[in-house]
Parts: sequence; C-alpha cells; structure tokens
Amino acid sequence: MAVVGATPETVRLRAEGSVARRQAWSRASRWILLGATLLGLVVLVILGIDNAIVGIPSLDWDFLSNYPSRFAERAGIRSSILGSVWVLVFTVIFAIPVAVGAAVWMEEFAPQNAILTTVRLNIANLAGVPSIIYGILGLAVFVRLMELGPSILAGALTLALMILPMTVITSVEAINQVAPSIREGSLALGATRWQTVWNHVLPGAMPGIMTGTILAIARAAGETAALIMIGAFTFIAFDPAISFAGLLDSFTTLPIQVYNWTIRPQPEFRANAAAGIIVLMVAVIGLNALALVVRDRLRRN
Amino acid sequence: MALASSPEGSDLARALRKRPLRRPGENLIVASLVLCAAVSIATTFAIIFVLFSDAIGFFQEISFWHFFNPTNQWQTLFNPRSFGVWELVLGTLNVTLWSMVIALPLGLAAAVYLSEYAHVQTRRFLKPLLELLAGVPTVVYAYFALTFISDDVLLPLFGDSVSFFNSLSASIMLGVMILPIIASVSEDAMASVPRDLREAAYGLGATRLEVAFRVVFPAAISGIMAAILLAIARVIGETMIVAVAAGSTPSLTLSPLESIQTMTGYMLQVALGDAARGTTDYTSLFAVGALLFLMTFVLNVGAQIIVRRFREAYE
Repeated sequence: MAVVGATPETVRLRAEGSVARRQAWSRASRWILLGATLLGLVVLVILGIDNAIVGIPSLDWDFLSNYPSRFAERAGIRSSILGSVWVLVFTVIFAIPVAVGAAVWMEEFAPQNAILTTVRLNIANLAGVPSIIYGILGLAVFVRLMELGPSILAGALTLALMILPMTVITSVEAINQVAPSIREGSLALGATRWQTVWNHVLPGAMPGIMTGTILAIARAAGETAALIMIGAFTFIAFDPAISFAGLLDSFTTLPIQVYNWTIRPQPEFRANAAAGIIVLMVAVIGLNALALVVRDRLRRN
Repeated sequence: MALASSPEGSDLARALRKRPLRRPGENLIVASLVLCAAVSIATTFAIIFVLFSDAIGFFQEISFWHFFNPTNQWQTLFNPRSFGVWELVLGTLNVTLWSMVIALPLGLAAAVYLSEYAHVQTRRFLKPLLELLAGVPTVVYAYFALTFISDDVLLPLFGDSVSFFNSLSASIMLGVMILPIIASVSEDAMASVPRDLREAAYGLGATRLEVAFRVVFPAAISGIMAAILLAIARVIGETMIVAVAAGSTPSLTLSPLESIQTMTGYMLQVALGDAARGTTDYTSLFAVGALLFLMTFVLNVGAQIIVRRFREAYE
C-alpha cells in the first residue's frame, strides 16, 4: 500500500456484534460526537451569560469614561481603552509592513535554498514561542537596553514582534493564493518582478493579508502577560498624548485593567472586571467576525 | 517561470531574455524585503541571547545541580532561599496533565465529527465558532476560572478538600482554550487521509463509526500526535490563567485540587514585584524563562518533524 510509513500494514476490520447493533452504535455516535464538539462552546456560553449577569449592571457611560479609581463604583476603563487603541495602532504600523515584506521576499524573490528553509522553520518556531517570552525580550531590549521604559512605544514594539510570525504565515498563504497565471501575464507584458508584485500580486493577496492582520490585532488586543512583563501594570489616570513625546508615556490596556480588578481582594471590583470583560469580548468577537466577512468576500471574488 | 515555459527561440522569449529584469532601484527594494525577513531571524537570536546571558548570571550564583535537583524546593521569598526548579516544572506538568485529560477526548471527538460526520455547511459554520475558543483573551479565562469555576462550581462540589486557588480550575479553562488546536490540527490530518482507505472499508461493510475510529483515526495518528505536542506547548507557555487561578505556592504535587505554581506563574510574579536588576530574583526570571523556551522549542520542533513525515507518507 502507498501509505505504509504512517499506517499499520494491515488494518484489521473484524466486525463484532450484529449488523443492527453496529449500525445503532454508528447512528448514536453522530450525536455523541456532536455533543462533545459543542461542549466547549456551551461552557463558554454559560460562562459568558454568568459574566453578563455580574457585569451588565456596572456597564454604563460612567464606566466607559472614568479613569480607574480606588473606589469600585467610580472606577472606569477610559485610560485602558485609549491605551489599548494607541498601542494596537502602533503595533500594526510596526508589524504589518515588516510581515508583508518578509512574506513577499519568501514567496517571490528568495532563492530556493537552505536560507529560505531556515527562515521558514524559524518563523514556524517563533509562532510557538509563549507570549511571556516576548515580554522578557521586550523588557530586556526595548525597556532596558533602548531605555524606552514601560512606554507605549515599548509595548507596541513587543506586541509587534509577538504577532509578526502569525502575520507572516497568513501573508505567505495569501500570496500563495494568487494564481501563477497573473504573475506570468504581467511578466510577459514586460513588467519587472517588483512591478508584478506591487501591481498584481499584492492587490490580489490583500483580502487574505487583511484577514490575517485583523486576527493578529484581536490576538494583540487580548494580550496581558507580555505587557505586564515589560512593566505596564500601572495606575494610569490620564489620556495618552497624541504626539511623538506621548509615545514614551506609560500606559495601561483593557486586559491589564481586567487583570488588576480580578486579583483585588475586594469583591466589589468583580463587577468591574466582568464589565471590562464584556467590552473586551465584544471587541474580540467583533474583530473575529470582521475577519470572517473579509475572508468570505475573498472567496466570492 | 514564464520564460522557461515559452517555446525556445520564439520572438517573445528572446525579447524577454534580453530585457534587463529590474529597473534601477529595485535592488534596493529587494534588499529591504530581505531585511524584513531578517527581522524574524534577529528576533530568535535576540530571544536566545537575552534569556541565556542573564541565565548564565543566575547559574554563577546558583549551581546547575541545585537548580535541577528534584529534592530542592523553590523558595525565593524568605531565607534560607532555595531554587529547585523541579517544583515549578511539576506545577506546569500538573496543569498540562489535567488540561489534556479534559481537552484530548473533546478535541479528538470534535476532529472526528468535523472530518467524518459533519456536512460541509455544518463544518463551515462550526469551525470558526470552535476557533473562537482559542481567540478568547486568556485574562478572560483567568477571571472565569477564579470566580465561576473555582468559586461557584469546585468549592461547593469538593468543599474543604479543594483550596481556593487550585490547578483544576485553571486546567478546565486551559482545556477549553486548547480544544480548537487539538481539533483543527487533528482534523487536518484526518482530512488528508486518502479517500481510498475509507471507501475500501465502506465497501467491506464497515459503519461510519468503524471507519472513523478504526481506519481514519489510526491512519492520522501522527498528525494527532503533532496536535497534542502543539497543544502541550500552548499550555506550558500560558501565563494569565495559571497565574490568577492556580495559586502561587510551588509544590510537588499532581493533585488537581491543590494550590500550585507554574513556571510562567512564577515569571509573572517576579514581573509584578520589583526585583532589582542583577539580583538573583531578577536573574531567576531568565533561568526559568530559558527552561520554558527550551521546552516549547522542543515540542514545536517535534510537532513540525511529525507533520512533515506525515505529509511525505501521503504525497
């Protein structure tokens, strides 16, 4: 058989029991397996409902627009939402051009040799490195060595390195999806390789790159450990300044704020954490849904 | 490429071969693309350099043998201090064990269902939903583990025999988190099992259940192993869930009801404290980090090797 290596040489298929019995088991298995498939989702939905019951009473305009506070009923997520948005904007600015550039080089320009294989393996491995390790890297390189402190810039650079491997992988896949005939047509008409990439390959790969980017933003938006590692676990009661100097301000993000409220001993803060989680989950589910919509549009074209 | 496939000697092919392939300046563009790719290599080197240079500082004070001796405790808060990392490693193994006990049957069942039972439409609908479980921010799972699972379920269920911070609440949430990894990597493996095998079994009168578990499942076993390795790598690197819910008392136990501390949990604890640079507390962060990095590295490389072998077997 062609599949030796991976399968036992002979697959034993001795049937046990009557045909009716075997078929009954087979029919039942469909529902048992479906149940097992759905169980994780059911758990998440139940926890989500529990959480909504605890959190919704605290979720009002004051909660969204107040700074954090020692008093649970006055505490809000203004600085953490603004911090999250600001950090994510710069994460995307740092990560996406580099990721797309790396993917274009790997797919369109790189010689097919050991160097390319090394780069591929390296990216696959980086994608599996725990986020807290990226936090340590950010702490040592951006916060200490480059003396940026636990700033928005250091946070964005750390998260950019963290999402780089996954965005490279999705960009490579997107570029692969572009039909070779498009490249060949462009080259045959006299375009150079770069003109072909810029005018034909990248526009064709754009929906796939966007999908990957959105999913990467969702991942970075929920990241906590790497940012705590670089020292972002602080009390912030001001808006980030919209300026270059503002990039060196310290910051907090929504997941960090949720963590802060979760580990407080006072039970009043639980409702705040639950309300923060509702906002965070709406953002993350929204981003995931957006990614699906973009991917579907890609399929239709 | 296009040039190679054109008939030799045609006007177009000759014209294309004479034309310079690049405009001036394009070399610069290609060079900058190479730089982009080099960032990823530099990241790997930077991680290794950062972790191991400070870990060396740690091992100048604490001997290798002391660090890995299984009879030493991990006691960094008061004197006499002791840095036996085995307690932290066992904490990590504890949550790995129990989260796999939860996620493995469910994840594999989901993979079998999606690959062998589900209608195309159902699969297209279910897969993104399932993948959402891996996209939930881990701090959310951490909160759920502490307040709902531990407080509302485990404490009433086990009473005094379970501590408030316990590995089981963290493991349950970790299990939910890694479900999609096990399900989707195993499903990919099952989907790439050749149709002939299934059809031969159906032809012999096997039921769907028998085909799924006695033909497809064994044929996809190496892909399933890769899925398990990737899921384990995810669990041992996960920080927030274990830091919040599993406790912060290192202990040599695999019991799911006790308070433990994992390697990542310890690292976060150091980050939250204010260990001065150069102290043993600070450098221990890098020693534990280096060990964690090595563990996830071995698991990821192992998974890649298995997946590659598996692909070769079928293509």
